[in-house]
Amino acid sequence: MNHIRSQILVCAGTGCTSSSSPAIIAAFQKELEAQKLTEEVKIVQTGCFGLCAMGPVVLVYPEGAFYTHVKADDVKEIVSEHIVKGRIVRRLLHKEGQDAGQTTSLSDTQFYKRQTRIALRNCGVINPESIDEYIGTGGYEALGRALTQQTPQEIIDKVLASGLRGRGGAGFPTGRKWQMTHDAVSPDGVKFVCCNADEGDPGAFMDRSVLEGDPHAVVEAMTIAGYAIGAHQGYIYVRAEYPIAIKRLQIAIDQAREYGILGENIFNSGFNFNLELRLGAGAFVCGEETALMTSIEGKRGEPHPRPPFPANKGLFQRPTLLNNVETYANITWILNEGPEKYAAIGTPKSAGTKVFALGGKITNTGLVEIPMGTPLRTIIEDIGGGCPNGKKFKAAQTGGPSGGCIPASLIDTPMDFDSLGSIGSMIGSGGLIVMDEDNCMVDIAKFFLEFIIDESCGKCSPCRIGTKRLYELLTKITEGEGTMEDLDTIEELCLHLKSSALCGLGQTAPNPVLSTLRYFRDEYIAHVVDKRCPAGVCKKLIHYTIDPAKCKGCTLCARNCPTKAITGAVKAPHTIEQEKCIKCGACMASCRFDAISKH
Amino acid sequence: MPNCKTVVPYAGTKEQEDRLRKVITQHKGQPGATMPVLQAAQEIFGYLPEEVQIMIAEGLDIPLTEVYGVASFYAQFTLNPKGKYRISVCLGTACYVKGASDVLAAVERHLKVAPGSITPDGKFSLDACRCIGACGLAPVMMINNDVYGRLTPDKVADILDKYE
Repeated sequence: MNHIRSQILVCAGTGCTSSSSPAIIAAFQKELEAQKLTEEVKIVQTGCFGLCAMGPVVLVYPEGAFYTHVKADDVKEIVSEHIVKGRIVRRLLHKEGQDAGQTTSLSDTQFYKRQTRIALRNCGVINPESIDEYIGTGGYEALGRALTQQTPQEIIDKVLASGLRGRGGAGFPTGRKWQMTHDAVSPDGVKFVCCNADEGDPGAFMDRSVLEGDPHAVVEAMTIAGYAIGAHQGYIYVRAEYPIAIKRLQIAIDQAREYGILGENIFNSGFNFNLELRLGAGAFVCGEETALMTSIEGKRGEPHPRPPFPANKGLFQRPTLLNNVETYANITWILNEGPEKYAAIGTPKSAGTKVFALGGKITNTGLVEIPMGTPLRTIIEDIGGGCPNGKKFKAAQTGGPSGGCIPASLIDTPMDFDSLGSIGSMIGSGGLIVMDEDNCMVDIAKFFLEFIIDESCGKCSPCRIGTKRLYELLTKITEGEGTMEDLDTIEELCLHLKSSALCGLGQTAPNPVLSTLRYFRDEYIAHVVDKRCPAGVCKKLIHYTIDPAKCKGCTLCARNCPTKAITGAVKAPHTIEQEKCIKCGACMASCRFDAISKH
Repeated sequence: MPNCKTVVPYAGTKEQEDRLRKVITQHKGQPGATMPVLQAAQEIFGYLPEEVQIMIAEGLDIPLTEVYGVASFYAQFTLNPKGKYRISVCLGTACYVKGASDVLAAVERHLKVAPGSITPDGKFSLDACRCIGACGLAPVMMINNDVYGRLTPDKVADILDKYE
């Protein structure tokens, strides 16, 4: 075996791949070959590091130098300076803040310091396409122990004792789900284990990162689950929109099969288990458990009423255990480190950690894993680095289209299941979208409803029709046609929808509306009474004007205007004809003299 | 969204049809075969015209209504052909709060087509999509498999002009 003296880790998650990390990997390969270093330096393509905003990122060991915004052109310098001469390329190191000194170590950054990585423990650390690297970190030990030394009930007891709750949104205790499926009687003895990898919440991507960065963790946990509940077949339902995740999952399954970790008589225990991938086809409702199973059966992914619960009658009418990716990613850690250790993290009712996908108006967009109960302030200010461009933090939206917003006044709210529930939001799948003063809350509520209308499966009328009526009322308000009575109608309609829709999608659809109404009622009133959008977003309520004192008559805005609404002679102040203006903002974006304002 | 019967005449080749038949034979009789077969069919033909749906229904021995029901339910399946370059502008939450709707409007203005449709020369088709998971680069759009991130409306024209 060659002695590897240095390892170059390049992130190959979706974020960095989109910002061209494959070209960087190819450049490293070429440069190492050119300098005859391939024997002693190894390139490792890893899963997501989490700091997507800084991508593409490269980490060089043993020094632990953390390079960000790397370009293929920088590769030559990294190889000849760092690898050959041992001199770290300081200009590419990750910088924090404007004046702060340069940090070299990844774990020293503000972004990582406050995180506790359990579900993401291997993401950005190992090569996800190598089963040996996974085994090298203690992978498949928990499965070996389970199959050869433990009874199914002992495993379920450990999951129960850990206090782990489902990370997909509802927060149902995982151990109880395992127990129910274990206890359920199947007419022919057949049971199934399923994994919900249909991450549909727009703005959440932690499941994708786990699948891309540590697919074996999911394979191992599902096999353990199969043993615990008595199933021999598992399905992973993954979004077709995640091609890298699909590829790596398939590699992981094939490798596990080759090593005898999936298939017949695993570890000579007499236990058989197989896994198959099923691809979703772009339907948000398929994240709902009954709809997901209907979709695996090859039908339209429509939900059906519960009971019967999937634990008793699920996929193909057999008892089925369904957990989400992040939930499975916690399982082997719990079994290896002990449930007590897991239960000690977080809060008494929300044990462990949660991964949040930090996005929107925040400096450090990316994935963060923190102990449950960490205040929102820590995430926004310390880990996220606040809103960019000195803008003021206005609200954070959690739980996607099913969740609600947390206003700036509640920034000290602990992030756990119960605290968020009590203020009308939810953890949901862990999407955390930050909004600043330039975002209109009525518009955001309307945005989520538009999403729900698109994604409503149409089976039950409260959701199919109710969300549409709600959307019409909100549109009326954003166009300045709303009345105060409309606000009461909206609230009433929301309550009906909550109580009468068939599945979780419809029942939670009003949440973004109700929570913005609760915390930003004055903004709704500004639209209704003053016919004004305080954030300057709602097009019908804003006007663009040119300040004649600042306009130099350069004609740039007039040439950029798609509707020819701007007139004026060269070197004379221009004016906008309001009737022709479609408020696209092209003029304001093009003006070099800051002469155009929006109000 | 106009995703019903297409007006474009069917132009499948014998080679494509043979490939589809092979896929159907592989999956026939398996529980839950409809979706994998439809996904393969879309891969082969680029879309799912009525003729292809009939072949699948007859091949798998299931009602055509069931095939059409599934094909029209999921956003990934399209009953209309797509352009040579498929543009998807992400309207996921992270992109939306960072101005994705202005980016979409700029693409619409530049190509003079609405989301869900195709340019008359068949070069570009435009769709709004929900989150491709590259939230760190918001706002983003995809043209075929290339991702363009950190977009602003004024960058749109230069990007589109690169496509011949």
